[in-house]
Amino acid sequence: MDFVVEVEAISRPLNINLFCNKKSETSSYDRKIAEIRLVARHPEVYEPCEDSYAIVDALLADRAQLLELQPKLCVEVGSGSGYVITSLALLLNGLDSVHFLATDINQTAAETTSRTLNNHAVKADVVVADLLSGLENRCRGCVDVLLFNPPYVPTPEDEVGVKGITCSWAGGLRGRSVIDRMLRIVNTLMSEKGLFYLVTVSENQPVEICHLMKRAGFASCIAIQRSTEEEVLQVLKFWRQDDEV
Amino acid sequence: MRLLTHNMLSCNRKGVSNGFPLGIEASKLEVKEVDFNSDFLRHIYPKIEWKAFVDAAKSLGLNDLPEHVDDSMLEDDDFLHSFHHALLEVHLEEGALICPETGRRFPVNRGIPNMLLNEDEV
Ligand SMILES: C[S@@+](CC[C@H](N)C(=O)[O-])C[C@H]1O[C@@H](n2cnc3c(N)ncnc32)[C@H](O)[C@@H]1O
Repeated sequence: MDFVVEVEAISRPLNINLFCNKKSETSSYDRKIAEIRLVARHPEVYEPCEDSYAIVDALLADRAQLLELQPKLCVEVGSGSGYVITSLALLLNGLDSVHFLATDINQTAAETTSRTLNNHAVKADVVVADLLSGLENRCRGCVDVLLFNPPYVPTPEDEVGVKGITCSWAGGLRGRSVIDRMLRIVNTLMSEKGLFYLVTVSENQPVEICHLMKRAGFASCIAIQRSTEEEVLQVLKFWRQDDEV
Repeated sequence: MRLLTHNMLSCNRKGVSNGFPLGIEASKLEVKEVDFNSDFLRHIYPKIEWKAFVDAAKSLGLNDLPEHVDDSMLEDDDFLHSFHHALLEVHLEEGALICPETGRRFPVNRGIPNMLLNEDEV
C-alpha cells in the first residue's frame, strides 16, 4: 500500500516536469521548470549545461521545502541564460508574493535572462552587477533563497572576470576566486530561514567550502553529486544553524 | 526596470556613505500591465522605503501617491491600485540612475540597470 502511494506521488509531477510536451503548451500554468526551447541564447552567454540542470534538479527535489519556506525574496547571482531563476519562479508558481531578482556581470547575459523570463511570462528584476553590487545594502538579511552557479573552472587568475563568455567559467586558482568572494557576503545577505544553493566541482574542494561556511554559522549538505564526462559536480546547500558554536 | 528594483539599489562606490536613493533620469518609459495582486503589495509594503519610492515615482511623472502611508491604507482599493501601477507596471527602459552623494551615473539600457563600478571605484 505504501508503495502504491509513493509511486503515485512521484509519477504525477514527473509527467509534467520532465517531459515538457504538447500538453504543457496548452496548460502553461502546470509547467514546473523552464522549457529549453523557450530559453534565450546568445554566443556570448553560457547555455544551460549539466551544472545548470543539476541546480534545477536540486530545487525540484526541494520543492516542498521551498514552498513551505514561503520565501519573499529569491536571488540568483550569475543568471546567464536565465534558465535557473526562471525554473525557480515556475516551481514556486503556487506562491504569489515572491520577489525574484537576478544579476549577471555580463550585460548580454542580463539581457538574455530577461528574454527567457519574458518567454515564460515570469516577472523578475535583472541587474548588471558584480555579485550583488548595488543591491547588497538593501538586501541585507532579506534573501530567503540564494542561487549561484559560479565560474568554477580552475584557470590562471588573470582570466577571471574577462569580458564575455570567459567570465562564465574562468574561476581562477582552484576555481575559487569568485566563489570565495561570494562566500564572504552570504552571511550578511541571508534571512534567518534562508537557503543558499551553490554549484561546485571537486577541484573547488567543496568539503573545505562547507567548513568555511560552518565557521560563519551555516550547516550544509551535498544536495546532488554527479559525474559528467569532464567533471564531478556538486550542488551544495547551506542554511543557518544557531545551535552551532 | 520597475520602481520595485529602484527601491533596492544604492551606490556602493568607494567612500560613499549614503548612496540611497538613486536619482532617476528617464529618457524612455514603458507601461506593461501586470495582474493586480493585493497580497503581493501587502507583503512587499514593509520592505519599501516609502519616501524614496514616492520621489522616484514623481520623477517618472506619477504624482498620485501619498507622501505618508499607514497600514490602514492597505485596505483602500484606490491607493492599492496607484501603488501597484507605480511599483510594478511602469518600467524605466532607457535612462540613468544617479548617486545622491557623488553624482555618479549608472546607465539603464533596455530596461536593465548597470551597477558595475570601475576598478578605481571599489
Ligand atoms: C556557469 S555560468 C551559469 C549561468 C546560469 N546561471 C546557468 O546555471 O546556466 C556563470 C555565470 O555567472 C556570471 N558571472 C561571472 N562572474 C560574475 C560576478 N562576479 N558577478 C555576477 N555574475 C558573474 C557569468 O557571466 C555567467 O553568466
